[in-house]
Amino acid sequence: MSAATPDLLLHIEGLHKRFDDNVVLAGASLEVPRGSLVTVLGRSGTGKSVLLKCLADVIRPDEGVIRFDGKPLGVDDAVARADFRRRCSYLFQSNALFDSLSALENVALPLEQTTDLSDKEIRERSLEALRQLELDAHQDRYPSQLSGGMQKRLALARAIVTRPELVLFDEPTAGLDPLRRNAVFAMIAKYQRQFRFTALVVTHDLTEALIASDRVALLDKGRMCFEGTPAEFSASTEPVVCDFRDSAAALGSSLAAIRRGEAIHSEDS
Amino acid sequence: MLRIVGSYSLSIVHELGDFALFTGRAFRSAVGSRRLGKRIVRAGFEQGVRCLPVILIVGMFTGLVLGLQGYYVLNRFGSESLLGTLVSLSLVRELGPVLAALMLVGQAGSALAAELGIQRNTEQIAALETMGVSSHAYLVTPRLIAALLVYPMQTALFITVGLWGGSLSGSMLLGLEPGVYWSSVERAIESQDVRECFTKAATFGLLTIGLCAYHGFNAHRCRSATGARAVSASTTRAVVQSSIIVLAADYVITSFLV
Repeated sequence: MSAATPDLLLHIEGLHKRFDDNVVLAGASLEVPRGSLVTVLGRSGTGKSVLLKCLADVIRPDEGVIRFDGKPLGVDDAVARADFRRRCSYLFQSNALFDSLSALENVALPLEQTTDLSDKEIRERSLEALRQLELDAHQDRYPSQLSGGMQKRLALARAIVTRPELVLFDEPTAGLDPLRRNAVFAMIAKYQRQFRFTALVVTHDLTEALIASDRVALLDKGRMCFEGTPAEFSASTEPVVCDFRDSAAALGSSLAAIRRGEAIHSEDS
Repeated sequence: MLRIVGSYSLSIVHELGDFALFTGRAFRSAVGSRRLGKRIVRAGFEQGVRCLPVILIVGMFTGLVLGLQGYYVLNRFGSESLLGTLVSLSLVRELGPVLAALMLVGQAGSALAAELGIQRNTEQIAALETMGVSSHAYLVTPRLIAALLVYPMQTALFITVGLWGGSLSGSMLLGLEPGVYWSSVERAIESQDVRECFTKAATFGLLTIGLCAYHGFNAHRCRSATGARAVSASTTRAVVQSSIIVLAADYVITSFLV
C-alpha cells in the first residue's frame, strides 16, 4: 500500500461497498490535493453519493482505506474519526436543514454542540457566517421561508461555520435549472477560494464542473476511470470519458430539439 | 404455523433488544453532551405545558365520572361517606398514572415519533452525525430525562384535578358533605400509594417516550413502507405499542408493589 503524498488532504484507496447483491463501489480510489476543488462526475446511480457518505461516515465501507491528512481513518479508531468530523463538513443534496430552527439557530447548532465557545462567541461567529453568505437579513427566518438558493447558501453557512478544512458537496445542483446550477457552482468556487477549504463535489453536471473545478474524476461502475484536470478530461480519448462527454452533449442536443419542436428518437427506438 | 410463530417471536425479541440498546445508548451519550439542560427544558415544555390542557380536561372528567358512579354504587350500601376513598384510591393507584400516560402518548409521544421520523427522512439526523453531534444525545436523551420528570408531575396534576372532579359530582351535584369527602380522601391515601403512583408514572414515561423515540428514529428501517408512509406507519406502531406497554407495565408493577 502506497504512503499518502504530503500535499494530499484526502486519499481514498480501493473503496468497496455493496448493498446485498448490488455492488455500488468496486475499488474506488481518489486523490484530493489540499486547497483544491475536486469534482467527481458520473451518471445517476453510479455510487457518487455512496462514496461521499462513506467518507462522511454516514455509511461504513466494506473495504478500502481512507487517509485524511496522511492518517488512515480506521473503522474502530474513534479518535481519528472524531478529529476527521471536526475538520470536515458535509453539504447534503437536500440541504438537511433543521426545519424547526431559524437560520441563525441552524448555523449556530454545530458550534453549540461541538465547541466550548460562549453563547456570545457562537452568536457572533454564526452571524459572521450568515453575513459572508449574504443571509444576515434572514437570520430569524425558518428554512421553509427561504428560497432554494438561500437554503443552499444557508447549508453552506452551516458547513463552513466550524471552519472546516474539507467540505463534501453531495449533488449541490441536483434538481436546479441551468441558471441556478451555474450560480451554485460559482458560489462553491467563490467561497472555496475565499475560505480556503478543500472541496470535494459529486455531480453529473459536466459543463459547470469543468469550469469551476481544479481537478475532475469520473466514477463508472464503482471505480474511478479517470482522474485529471478539466483540460485533460476534455482532451481525453478514453472510451468511458468520451461516452460520458457525448451523452452530456446528446442531452443538450435533445433539449435543443425539444425547444425547436422536433421529434426525439431515442437509441432504443 | 410454527415457523410463523417462531419468526414473529424472534422479531419481537430482536426489537426488544434493539430498544434496550437504543435507550441505553441515549442515557450513555448524556455524558459530555453540551447544553443538555437547555434541551431538557425544551423537551419538558413539549411534554408538560403543551399537554397540560388534555391532562386537565381528561382528569376532570375522570373524577366527575368516578364521583357519579361511585356515589350510586356506595349509596346502595349506605356508604356514601367512602366516596373520597374510592375516588382517591382509584386515581392514585391506577387511573391517574395509566390515563395520564395514555394521554401523553397520544399527544407528546405521537408528535415525537412523527418529528423524528421526518427528521430521519429529510436527512437531518444524518446531518447531525456528519457534524460530529451524537444524534442520540441531541434528540433522544433530553426527551427521556424530561419524561422521567414530567410524567410524575402530570400524573400528580391529573389526580389533583380528578379529586376535584369527584368532589364536584359527589358534593355539589349529589349532596355529599365536602368535609366528609375530603376527610375520606385524606384518610385513604398512604405514602406507599403515592410512591407506587410515581414509580408507575416514571416507568411509563421512560417506556413510552423511549418507544416513540425508537420508532421515529428508526423510521427508515420500516419494512412495510417508505417515505411519508414509513413515518405514518412508525408513528402508528409507536402509539399502539406504547399504549399496550403502559397497561402491561401497570400489571407487572402492581403485581410487585401490592
